[in-house]
Amino acid sequence: MELTLRINGRDRSVRSEEDTPLLYVLRDELKLKGAKFGCGLEQCGACAVLADGEATFTCVSPAAAFAGSEIVTPEGLAETECGARVQAAFAEASAAQCGYCTPGLAIAATALLMRNPSPSREEAKAEMQMHLCRCGSHPRVLRAVELAASRNRK
Amino acid sequence: MSMGRRHVSEWMGIENGMLVVRPGKVDIGQRISTALAEIAREELTVLRDRIRVAKVKTGSSPDEGTTSGSNSLEQGGLAIRRAAATLRRHAIGLAAEQTGSRPNDWTLTGGILHGPGRNRPVDFLEFAEDMDLRIPLDQDIPPPPARARPASPPMLGIESMAAGSYRFLQDFELPGMLHARAVRPPHARARLLDIRQAVIDELADGGIITVRDGSFIAVAGPREWPVVKAARRVLTSCTWDLEKGLPEIDVDELLAQSKAERMPVLDGRPIPDAPIAPMQPRADCAARYLRPFTMHASLGPSAGLAIRDGKRISIISHSQGIYALRASIAECLGLELENVEITFAPGSGCYGHNGADDAAFDATLVANAIPGKPILLKWTRENEHCWEPFGPPQAVELAARLGEDGRIEGLSAEAIGGTYRGRPSPGPGGAGPARLLANRFRGSPIPAPPAVPNLNKQGGIHRNLDPCYEISETRLVNNLVPDLPHRTSALRCLGAAANIFAIESFMDELAFKLGKDPLSFRRSYLEDPRALAVLDRLGEAMEKAARKLNSDGRGIAYAQYKNEMARVAVGVFVSVADDAAVTLDRAIIVVDAGRIVDLPGLEAQMEGGFLQGASWALHEEVVWNREGIVSSDWDSYPVLRFDNVPEIETIAIDRPDRSSNGAGEASGGPAIAAIVNAVFDATGLRIRRLPLTAEAIRNSALDQEAADG
Ligand code: FES
Ligand code: FES
Repeated sequence: MELTLRINGRDRSVRSEEDTPLLYVLRDELKLKGAKFGCGLEQCGACAVLADGEATFTCVSPAAAFAGSEIVTPEGLAETECGARVQAAFAEASAAQCGYCTPGLAIAATALLMRNPSPSREEAKAEMQMHLCRCGSHPRVLRAVELAASRNRK
Repeated sequence: MSMGRRHVSEWMGIENGMLVVRPGKVDIGQRISTALAEIAREELTVLRDRIRVAKVKTGSSPDEGTTSGSNSLEQGGLAIRRAAATLRRHAIGLAAEQTGSRPNDWTLTGGILHGPGRNRPVDFLEFAEDMDLRIPLDQDIPPPPARARPASPPMLGIESMAAGSYRFLQDFELPGMLHARAVRPPHARARLLDIRQAVIDELADGGIITVRDGSFIAVAGPREWPVVKAARRVLTSCTWDLEKGLPEIDVDELLAQSKAERMPVLDGRPIPDAPIAPMQPRADCAARYLRPFTMHASLGPSAGLAIRDGKRISIISHSQGIYALRASIAECLGLELENVEITFAPGSGCYGHNGADDAAFDATLVANAIPGKPILLKWTRENEHCWEPFGPPQAVELAARLGEDGRIEGLSAEAIGGTYRGRPSPGPGGAGPARLLANRFRGSPIPAPPAVPNLNKQGGIHRNLDPCYEISETRLVNNLVPDLPHRTSALRCLGAAANIFAIESFMDELAFKLGKDPLSFRRSYLEDPRALAVLDRLGEAMEKAARKLNSDGRGIAYAQYKNEMARVAVGVFVSVADDAAVTLDRAIIVVDAGRIVDLPGLEAQMEGGFLQGASWALHEEVVWNREGIVSSDWDSYPVLRFDNVPEIETIAIDRPDRSSNGAGEASGGPAIAAIVNAVFDATGLRIRRLPLTAEAIRNSALDQEAADG
């Protein structure tokens, strides 16, 4: 299968087998390792990317389902104003322990702030609900979201 | 580990003007690298950007044993502090000697040496780079330097974590590397009868190699997704002998004194073959508490990378104990120790002995069969849930006798559980290899080793069994149940989680029975001023929080981890909905962990421990049936998610003149008990079996109604 995907602002042509979930195309074919494998069942959020601005899990849906979408992986977040702000806030708030869930949570935080520039804590929790963290970095992730929102000058 | 004859160079070096700190403890998400670098900085005053933390590797890193038990800061930190203080003293001595001055004339600030006889400031690291660092460690070192408040060093690696560029073992990519997956049987007692050869041949035509050794099967190939699919295909082409399946029995029945090897616990240690004092005939209050099997359930499934080059095997692993793993793997393969090398690379948080060691060995077996190719073997989510060594279940039976004044006169505590000792540490009778999962399935299988008691002070089942209260007479018994249906090993807090849950629930029950306030009741059994200070701070913070909250109930708990480490008090406010779902409204944690090295790191460990404890309290229980482990993913093994993360206030009391205590496991036990006590306060239901799911609370309410007639 030959397919063109728009990833981090560039067209990338990929040739993985047709049923390959996007996550494996990103990690194995394109060597973009920012999105992580956590469950392969759409239960944990470790594999999230932005697809047309929405936080989307990539471990099940085949890459072909993303044709025509604007995909941003954790590696591409820094190129977006909001993503860069979120990443800086995560660093400032030490919003990670082991860091395995962190890229997916940075994606979720960016999607939320793009849609809703000053979310309440409850809205932030609802956005993150499908994302797991086993280390208990949640409180600092929520603080990072607030920090990033407060830095929004627009 | 004796530090008598050890040298500075084992823990640190200076390369190109950078201080390289070599920890023996691995960073498993507990920020130990940040804290160790901070200790070196405190002693040597060099700027943070001139400190690097080296990779942990067998051969070049100090062997500090396993990274566990909240010992990293106390043991690893002390070693780094000694090495740095020794280096500082020697460097100043040398500078003084070169200029004919006295060491006392020299100072070290901001990484710069100042002293007489030199007209220019001397950069410490440049000066020390020329020294031979094989200096024996000083035994007596001056107390750590004074400072106004605890430091808040930035967390190492955080930027790259947020950017997705932090490299986990699962992200490694080496030239010529093959991806691999293991194909597991339906359950631990199943044996492979047959695989359809046609499927294996067909896969081989597509470039996928199947490795088989008895009932151990794995597939390997150059591209990851085809390997994932191949593993599924091979699984469906296997025929298994399922024997009788897994035993179907409730964990409560498994944990009985009559099935256990019993030992009295004195001064924190179980004493084999010693007589156990009989129970006092009268108990005024008695209760049994239960924690089921739980799992580490790391977010990233375990992985191992291995390559065989002739007689040598090089392995990359996220194991917490790379030296022990190396020895066991060498023993399994009949290799000389020098021919096995293991380097640590981070996996996701592990919270104890998860699948890391087993995945490393799985990868090694595949690499052994396919020489010359790096093999990155990853477990699936189902592998991790079903095959990691679980945290053992534990029951705790408590009985108290009250004096005429209503004070507790005597307390009996019996902890009954499975072993926490499942790490592949070499030992007599091939104990190391027997604890590597794949060996149970290979052509010449090694059966599960017998459970061995942990006789260490504050070791496994008996950790925190001794209440940290002043009670004149205690009777403590460790009961090791040898034959549990599932493999078990170390999980964060070991027995302390169940013991603190039980003791702190029991204290609450007693306070209620006697009509006492839970906090003053605990206070009246404490003399240690630091414990009292922790409880008082909690009391104040709870009162303040209560004014703003409208919760259904509140609960508290207190414990000093291992009776000698961090002192932690936890307070929780909860609401219980009509369907009995528990919402955590607010949590307050007060901790005294001695001198604080890394304040945000300490707060993060407190919060993380609390949230894991909350997940244990409300959700976690491994479920199984005859066919296998039912808890195979995040739906069938629910854990705490964002919707139930309360606002957490952490109050850290700094004791600059006291030694630093590890704290990574100190808040989990009190968190469980505080939640259980808050649910009692909210509902009047005393639930003694974890987890407190909505269903468990509803059932308890029905039982209560039935009992009330
Ligand atoms: S890996 Fe995709 S949701 Fe878990
Ligand atoms: S920081 Fe480890 S899983 Fe979230």
